[in-house]
Formats: sequence, C-alpha cells, structure tokens
Amino acid sequence: MKKKTANLISLGLVAGLFLVLFLLEQVMDPASMLFVVLKKGAIYALVAVSMNLLNGFTGLFSLGQAGFMLIGAYAYGILTIPPEARDAVYQYFDGGIIQFALPVPLALIIAGLAAAFFAFLIGLPVLRLKSDYLAIATLGFAEIIRAFFQWDALGPITNGSNLLRRFPTFSSVIFPFFVAGLCIAIIVLLVNSSYGRAFKAIRDDEVAAEAMGINLFKHKQMAFVISSFFAGVSGALLAMYQTTVQASAFKSAMTYEILLIVVIGGIGSISGSCIASFLFIACNEWWLRFLDNELFIGTWQVPLLRTGFRKVVFSIIIMAVVLFYRQGIMGDR
Amino acid sequence: MKKLLAVLLASLLVLALGACSSGSDTASTDATSSSSDNVIRIGVYEPASGDNGAGGKQETLGIQYANSVAPTVEVGGTTYDVELVIVDNESSNDKGPTAAASLVSSGVSIALGSYGSGVSIAASDVFGNAGIPVIGVTCTNPQVTEGNSHYFRICFLDPFQGTVLANFAAENFQAKTAYSLAKLGDDYSVGLCNYFNQAFEALGGTVIYETFPEGNSDFTSYLTTAANSGADVFFAPVSTEAAALIINQAAGQGWSKPILAGDTWDSNVITSAATGTDVQIYVTTFFHEGDTSEKGTAFVTGFKEWLNANPNMLTNNGGNDMVSAVSAMGYDAYFTALEAIKNAGSPEPAAVMEALWDTTYDGVCGNIVFDDVNGDAVRDVAFVKQVNTESGNWDFIAIQGIS
Amino acid sequence: MNFMQANLPYLLAGISVGGQYALIAIGYTMVYGILRLINFAHGDVFMIAGLIMIYAAAAMPLYLAIPLVLIATVVIGFLIERVAYKPLRSAPRMSIMISAIGVSYLLQNLALYVTGGLSRMYPTIPFISDSVTIGSATTKMVTLITPVLTLILVVVLVLFIHKTKIGMAMRAVSKDFETSQLMGIKINSVISATFIIGSFLAAVGSMLYFTNYAGVTPTAGAMPGLKAFVAAVFGGIGSIPGAVIGAFIIGICENIIKGMGWTTFSDAFTFALLIVILIAKPTGLFGEKATDKV
Repeated sequence: MKKKTANLISLGLVAGLFLVLFLLEQVMDPASMLFVVLKKGAIYALVAVSMNLLNGFTGLFSLGQAGFMLIGAYAYGILTIPPEARDAVYQYFDGGIIQFALPVPLALIIAGLAAAFFAFLIGLPVLRLKSDYLAIATLGFAEIIRAFFQWDALGPITNGSNLLRRFPTFSSVIFPFFVAGLCIAIIVLLVNSSYGRAFKAIRDDEVAAEAMGINLFKHKQMAFVISSFFAGVSGALLAMYQTTVQASAFKSAMTYEILLIVVIGGIGSISGSCIASFLFIACNEWWLRFLDNELFIGTWQVPLLRTGFRKVVFSIIIMAVVLFYRQGIMGDR
Repeated sequence: MKKLLAVLLASLLVLALGACSSGSDTASTDATSSSSDNVIRIGVYEPASGDNGAGGKQETLGIQYANSVAPTVEVGGTTYDVELVIVDNESSNDKGPTAAASLVSSGVSIALGSYGSGVSIAASDVFGNAGIPVIGVTCTNPQVTEGNSHYFRICFLDPFQGTVLANFAAENFQAKTAYSLAKLGDDYSVGLCNYFNQAFEALGGTVIYETFPEGNSDFTSYLTTAANSGADVFFAPVSTEAAALIINQAAGQGWSKPILAGDTWDSNVITSAATGTDVQIYVTTFFHEGDTSEKGTAFVTGFKEWLNANPNMLTNNGGNDMVSAVSAMGYDAYFTALEAIKNAGSPEPAAVMEALWDTTYDGVCGNIVFDDVNGDAVRDVAFVKQVNTESGNWDFIAIQGIS
Repeated sequence: MNFMQANLPYLLAGISVGGQYALIAIGYTMVYGILRLINFAHGDVFMIAGLIMIYAAAAMPLYLAIPLVLIATVVIGFLIERVAYKPLRSAPRMSIMISAIGVSYLLQNLALYVTGGLSRMYPTIPFISDSVTIGSATTKMVTLITPVLTLILVVVLVLFIHKTKIGMAMRAVSKDFETSQLMGIKINSVISATFIIGSFLAAVGSMLYFTNYAGVTPTAGAMPGLKAFVAAVFGGIGSIPGAVIGAFIIGICENIIKGMGWTTFSDAFTFALLIVILIAKPTGLFGEKATDKV
C-alpha cells in the first residue's frame, strides 16, 4: 500500500516536472542559458547514470564512456542525415555510401545498440582485468575507437575526421528530458531487480558473490553492455544537442568530466548523478562564466579575473569535494 | 523512501534553477529594454584558448580597436553605444555551440567570427536558429556559408586560396612534388589541403598528403617522410601552435625547401619561431603591414598606438606590436557590421540580416561586397608574404590572383 | 644503405622520444609499485615543469633556471602527494585514483589560466638544441644526449634502490605495505621520496622533451603521460629496467608507424599494444608474478 502511494507521488512529480518544463518554454526567452543547461544537463545525467551503473553499482572502474558516446553519436549521425544533404556533408567522399535516412527514434535505439555491440566485443577480453588495469584498458579502447573513426579509409561511412552535420536535432527541452528520463527509469528498474542485486554483490565482494552462484563474467559483461547502450544513446542526444559531431571531441577529458560528475553526485547514487550533472553543467557553462571576464568596479580592476579563471575555481571546488566530501551529494558510503 | 526524497530534491532543484534564472532573465531583459534605446550589442565569437587561441586573440584585438575608434553608431537619428560581448569558443567544436548560445542569450544584434572554420560551422546552427546574422572574419572553408542565409564572410575562400598557393608553388619554385600536411578533424587545414592538392595535381604535379592527430608535437617523422618523398615544397596550413613546432623542428633537421601555408600563418608566432633560422616560409594573406595606401597606414599607426597604450592588449597580440592580417580583418568586420546596422535602420537581428546582403564597405583589406548566393565577399587577389628570418618581419613578395 | 638513409631519422626520433618517455615512466612505475596508484597527474607535473622553465628562463639566466625548475617540480610533486593522496590512504583505491584525475584536471586548468590558453615557446638551451648531422640525418643534439642521459640516470637510480637504506625501504614497502609498516619503516617518508624521485626525473624528461618539441600547452603532458604509463605496464609495472625498455620500444614503434604512413593510428597503436600485453602477459616483460595485480 505504502509503496503504491510512493509510486503515485513520484509519478505525479515527474508529470509536474514536465509541466513545469513546458510552462518555462512558453513563458521564457528560448535563448536563455537555462535551456542550454537543462538540455545538456539531461544528456550528461544519462551518461553519468550509465557510468554509475558500472562504477558505482558493479564496481567496475571503466573509463571508456567517451568512446561509447562517440559510437552512439556517429551511428545516429550517419543514419539520419537526409540523403539530399549528404553531398554537402560528405564533400570529400562523393556523398558517402549510405544513401538513406532512418527515423529519429529508430536511429537512437540503433545508436545504443551499436555502442552495446562494441562493448560486448571489447568486454570479452577486458573484463577479465581488475580495477586500475580495467580502467586503463577501457581508456585505451576509447582512444583506439577515436582513431578508428577518424581513419580516412572509412571516410565514405564516417566522413573521416570531418564534421557530421545536418542531421535532425531537437529544439525543445522536453525531448532530451523525455529520452534521458525514460532511460534512467529503465536503469533504476534494473538496479532494483535481481540483476541489480547481483551487481552490488559483485561490487561488495567478488569472491563471496561467486560462491553464492553469481556468474561473475556474465554479470560484468551484462553491466558493461547495458551501461554502454545508454552511453551510446546519450552520445546520440549530445550529437543532436550540438547539431554537429566530430570524433576529436570525444577525448578522455570527457570521460574524466563524467567521472567527476559521478563522484560529486555520490558513487552509487542515481539521483546524486542527476543532480550533480545539472549543477556541473550550470556552474561550468553559466554561473561561473562571469569569472572569465575582466571586471572593473569604478577604475579598480578585480584581480585574478581573466580567461580560464572559471576553470581554476571549478577544479578547486571539485578537488575539495573529492578530498573532504567523499560521499558526494547523495552518496551513502 | 529515500528515492522519493531524491526525486523531490531533484525537482526542487530544477524549480529553483528555473525560478532563479527567470529572475535573472527578467533582470537582463529589463536591462535590454531600458537600455535598448542606446546600446547595440555585437557578439565576438572567437577562440582565446586552444589551438587557435593566438590568432583568435589577434582577431579580437582588431575588433576591439575598431570599437575604440567607433564606439557609437547613429541609426535612424538616434546614437547608440556599441557594446562588444566577447566569448571564448576554446577552438573546440564541442565547446563552440555553448559559447554561441551564451552570445545569443545576451541579446546580440549580430556576431563576428570565428578564426578557424570548424568552430564556425559547428556554431552556425545555433546562430541560425536564433535568427542572428554572423560575419565570418577569417574562416575560409566554403562550408561555413554554403546553404544558409545567416552566415556571411569577408575573407576569400579555400578553393581560391588553395589554387593561388598551388600556382605559386608551381611557378616560383618549379615544384613537381608537394607534401601537404593537415590536422585530423580540422576543417580548415583538411579543406585547404584538399583544394591545394586538387589544383596542384591539375598543374601536373604529385602530392603526398598526410594528417597528424590532435595533441601531436613530434613533426620530425613527417618532415622525414617529406624529405624521403623528394618533395619540392612543404605545405602545412595548420594552426599557429603546430606551425611553431614545425618550423622549430624543420630548422633542427636542416630542412631547406620552401614551406608554404595559408592565412593562419600570417602571425607573429610564426615570425618569432622562424627568426634566426634558415627556413623559407611563404604565406598567402589578406593584408600587408607595409600597405602604403592612406587607409592602410592610418590603420597600422592607429592600431600600434592603441596596442602600445594597453599592456594587456600588447600581451594578447603576442608581446609585440606587429600587425597581423587577422586584426585588420577584424577591424573591417566590425565596420561592415556597423554599416549593415545603419542600413537596416534598427538593431533587430532580422533587419540587420536583411540589410547585410546589400551592404558594402571599403575597408583596409580592400572593398567588401557580398555575393548574392552564399553571402561571401567577392575577392580575387591574395597577398603573398615571406618571413625575413633576419629581421623577424614579413617581406612582401607578390599580389597573386588566379588566371 | 639507401633504406638506412631514409629510415635513420625515424629511428633517431624514436630513440630520443623513447628516452623521454622512460624518464616519465619511472615515476609511474615507482608510484604504482608502492601505492598501487596510477598517478594520472604525473604527465601534468611533466607539463608544469616545462611551464616553470619557460617563466624561469625569462626571468633569470639558464644556470639558475635549470636547478630552479628541478627543485620547483620536486616540491610540486611532494605537495601533490601530501595534499591529494595522503588523506585518502585508507580510502578505497578508486577514490585515490579519482583524486589523481582531479589533480590532473586542476593542473591543466591552472596552466590554461597562467598561459592564457596559448602555446608557449620553450627556451633554447645551448648545446643540446644545436643541430648535428649523423650520416644522412640532421637532428638536434638532444636526440643523441637523451638515451645516454636516461641510461646514466637509470643506473644511478637502480644503485640507489639497491644500495641505500631508503632504497631498501622502498623495496620493502612495494613488497608488502602493511608488514613493512609494522617493521618500523616510516611509510610516509618512503612515499614522499618516491614522489620526489619521480618528479625529479619528470623534470629532466621535460627539459629534453620540450627542447625537441618546443611548444608547451596545458594538455602537452597528457599524451606523453599516458604513453609513459603504457610503457610502464608493458615493461612490467614496478620494474624500473622494464619501464625503460618498454618506453624505448614504444617510442621507436610509434615513429616507425608514422614512417609507414599510418599516422592516424600512431597513438592508437600504443593502446593496442597495452591491451595485447595486458591480456597475453599481464605482468609485462619483467614484472614479478603477483596474483593481486590482474
């Protein structure tokens, strides 16, 4: 009974959230930075939660997230550019070899599946490694994927190292919230299922988990593939948000950013990852931007403020969280 | 229960975000509405960090200097103050759109930029969706303006520049083999190399084309490959950051053939890297500091004075008062924008966009007229300059067109 | 002979960059041997050493600037350990690695702020930046000096570890952290010494590296850092000669691959090598067998 009311209340809250978003879009200037933060924040929330599923719930320290986002973003871009725009986009490759466009929802799912498929292949060898070796191997794979997608020989498909653009994008903030929300809801259901309990058992004690009859490799592989699926979807969303996509953007620095979001939100907390990603994006793109501009009060110039100061302040805040506030916003460990 | 709390908190946060921002948003719209009588904002979308930071800063300097020369504009009988809103696109195609969005949200009438074609292409849709016109200052890739009506451009294009350079290599150095080097994923260098290669091959030459990945700082292997292939010229239209490394390593390896590059290399980063070495560097560009026309000398002396009066600006220019072509282009772009606003008779972005098509301006880098297909400036000559490795200045070589 | 003439420059570049990777790799391998920590910030310490040199050389003569750079880098390495890693000694390993990533992020952003985001030219150090011709290849003096200097430093370091008391303590700690603590070894000073040695070698490496590739940007340390780490794993983590040999192999292979025209994959190759070695021989070329590593 109690659970039912709780479910009802959360459902109501979600409906309320979308209503608020809808109203905001009606009344506010669409160019406001708020919408930038909401869109990008929703996308980062999804990828942070997907990383948390691995790092927080299964205890697999993987640093390959940017690589899987790249696969998702490219899969989406390649499959949805309208044929009439392909000549302009693939200008060095005679319009490329793919001459059709899929509908957006289908392309989003394929983006996820493509990332999941690569994760499956990569997982076969890599998941036998432990902790930091796994981290560095997945990081390496992300770099290899990036080089591969920039390879000229694949140009007719990937457009080499050049931008992909002119694919369908979204303008309303409702869309990323809906897709990311749906995906996060699925992850929450998964975490609360018996699979989720198995993941947590692996995280807490591998040997004990194995003794309890949990197939270690199968479950690790599963967490890795599912996490990559959602990373792929978020990559596709990111491509839509940016309106262009290019392999060189998906560097290891991107993975680090996502990891820091997970840490700030609290390792093993889904709500924490969501909140942290909005905070992270808002601080980084919006609230702290004033630190980058020279400011004069009368004739007195406020010291230190100039290009780059925003990032220094920001990284000091992050270090403070990492050192003194280790459980993050919502973490319980 | 904890989950419930979390969801509650999350939505509270979003609400707070919304509330606080709508608060600040009304504040800023208030500001614009109360001051819209006398302020016009011009966005400056340029890199201040990353690969193209040095060039972007110099281009911004030209715009800032122009703003100091003409801080007001008279439109329809009212005098408006012109305020520059400067953002850093970090030379990065994924950071660019957000920087552009922050320009849009600060209510600019028109934007200028960017140095580097990739970031311009990446942010094009952000400006386009908001209906804000942009004047590309030195982004030479054709794709910037192709197929849209809001992106204009005052510089020449890569197909032109590539052909000029190929002709120059073939005529002046009797080059039969060329080695061209681009940076992976950089629309500017990949595009320009592509057009150069086409033109050079059309002249009967052979081209060896390679790319280097981002973050690469070892160019000795590329120079070795070029030497082994028997190349007569080394063509590397890359960012100044990589250029300094290439020059340094070319000097260290005793590279004696000419090095050719496009407009990005017209920068004091290049002259300071090349001074005291034996490398020969030729570039095509928009403007020459020794320009003796009345406009040219006025700009050069005025700009130098302004730089020397502002230590910060002098640092941004790379520590000395050499005038880069991109600064001159930035200066022209600013006045072209003012001209368009005057013609439009209003600071409304839509009106400015409409007026830009028919705007003309006689700038320090020549006369600017937009064609009516893509909004590209009509330009048919480029300056060729060489680094004087003893004095550290640019020597004027030729005015080159394509016949 | 012709083949040799054409390919000698690649080989020289490979040996030289290999030596520079080796000096960074030692820092990784020693820290990992003792703390079981991938010190992600090590590559950035290397970059910071380059930046300090640029600013120091602008303010004072080189004979003062060089020692200053060495000292300042050592101090920075020491402080990073004290501030960012020591408080987390009892925390899970993931936390301390995240802290390392945080430090790396901070150092890069600090460099971005100080330099204003522009690439800075490294000062010319006389003698080692002179050009020299070997056979058909012209190169910088530093190309020849690097492998020699690297080998000398490694020999000194190995002697230090095997002959001195603190060296013995280091070996003991890397064998068994808890037991050596119980045996009365001052763990903190051993760890500090490790970071000091690592930073010192990174500073030397940065002088050689940036003399060859003279631009310092905030991200200039990231790639060399990762490659040096791969070299350390390749050679068998914890083993100093292993790290050095791994670094030379990676430096040479990378340049050969560029020479073959596969420039897009020159970085990816390093990581492919890493994954192959992790799967085929997780202890690397010279690593000791230990069950808890992989």
